[in-house]
Amino acid sequence: MNVFADAIAWIFSPDRASGALPLSEAIWTHLAFTVVSVAVAALIAIPAGWLIGHTGRGRELAVALSGAARAVPSFGLVLLLVLVLGVTHKVGASTTAFVLLAIPPILAGAYSGVEAVDRRVIDGARGVGMTEAQILRTVEAPLGLPLLIGGLRSATLQVVATVTLAGYVGNWGLGFYIVQGIQIRDFSQILGAALLIVVLALVLDALFALLQRVALPRGVSAGRAPENEPVRRRRRGPTAPAPS
Amino acid sequence: MRTTRRTAILLAGATAAALALGACSSEDPLATDTGDGDGGSGDPGTIVVGSQAYYSNEIVAEIYAQALEADGFTVERNFNIGQRDAYMPALESGEVQLFPEYTGNLLQFYDPETEATSPDDVYAALQDALPDGLAVLDQSTASDQDSYNVTKDFADENGVASLADLAGLDVDLSVGGPAELEQRPYGPQGLKDLYGVDVSFVATGDTTVQDLVAGTVNIANVFSADPRIQTEELVTLDDPEGMFLASNVVPLVNADVADDLADVINPVSAALTPEGLVALNVESTVDQRSSADIAADWLADNDLG
Repeated sequence: MNVFADAIAWIFSPDRASGALPLSEAIWTHLAFTVVSVAVAALIAIPAGWLIGHTGRGRELAVALSGAARAVPSFGLVLLLVLVLGVTHKVGASTTAFVLLAIPPILAGAYSGVEAVDRRVIDGARGVGMTEAQILRTVEAPLGLPLLIGGLRSATLQVVATVTLAGYVGNWGLGFYIVQGIQIRDFSQILGAALLIVVLALVLDALFALLQRVALPRGVSAGRAPENEPVRRRRRGPTAPAPS
Repeated sequence: MRTTRRTAILLAGATAAALALGACSSEDPLATDTGDGDGGSGDPGTIVVGSQAYYSNEIVAEIYAQALEADGFTVERNFNIGQRDAYMPALESGEVQLFPEYTGNLLQFYDPETEATSPDDVYAALQDALPDGLAVLDQSTASDQDSYNVTKDFADENGVASLADLAGLDVDLSVGGPAELEQRPYGPQGLKDLYGVDVSFVATGDTTVQDLVAGTVNIANVFSADPRIQTEELVTLDDPEGMFLASNVVPLVNADVADDLADVINPVSAALTPEGLVALNVESTVDQRSSADIAADWLADNDLG
């Protein structure tokens, strides 16, 4: 049998239902870490990103900070936070590390989404008497939604892969099997767990792809021709004919 | 302060492991070259001494290296090569010729199903299990093996001194250790089979001792030469059934140079005692001395330098 067949056999073995970490619990905790981390990161990064995009202030700082944050090695951060916060707060420490990992792409998605809105649309909104808060809520946020969801999508992908590291500090996630498998040299276990992480990542990515379609503002999709032309050109076409 | 130090060790270990893993794939062609040059002539030439990414192992490696240098060998140090999967290929290819190892864990690497547990049985089984081209010199009495530990409070409250005492305790028992402990013969299943003790398993990775002290687990798998058994006042539980594999410090050598090195290294192994190994570890973790200084002092104290 080849390694892939062994890995598939490992996944479907009845032994996976027992042990220190049953497979269903591993998948569940893996997803929980991912969803909670991305949600917390979104709560922080979306308002911050909208504010930066709307006011245009702090953009340099946000770019620099989120760029630097991408370079932080997650493995070191998980272990460091566990030692700093103490072993009774392992879940919090790991989640914090994943939140920090998820913030940069969400922040970038939020502020670039708002920034990409055509200035004339915003001027128009201001011209009809909307307040700044109304502009942000009814114009910039919906029009920036596809880019924001793109940010959430890439953050989720990074986090679902990185939650593997939680297996180093406790009985959590699919990473537990990989950490254990390396030490006991059980390669079908390592590959089996890795394949499941890939499946989780693909499923989550597919959900976001779907969401990105649904979230396209009606005004934007209405202006779309059947052939898939870039959104920018389409949006500009009917409102402002190119000067000849 | 100690936390910072541990963090530093963890981070350094992780980095070193990553580097070692990255390096080993590209080093095979080089290994063949050095192997040919040294093996054919019969002259040991430069001896490459390796060590794990584990401070205690590095101290022993440094002792080997300095003892060899004192005897006129040219020594190249290739320390911090991660764990067994990372460095065994380098030893098998002859790229590294001398490495401090642990009998039980090494035996388990080559023969996962082994049933030997006593020091002499393990040593004999190891000599059979080693691949051609590798040999072990005399084993030391010093051991650094898995052991189950409880806090002093727990031991006093429940009157336990041995693993056998755990059976029938009216306490929820949880064992903390590295993730792979769950699958080891001395893991939860071994406790149940040999001692009739039911435990749940918690993977505590690198923070096992901290977890025991914090109370997230009440039994911890700690290496017997770990100074924290003393500094954290842990009680190591006796193992009357011989569940744990004895794991004595043993020099693993390339068979081509085994005879040349034996005269220098065997006296070192004879002088290294279990208490001596713990003392060396204390000098590293508590006194924060470099392995080179610790090794030099130890050799001088034992008249081996």
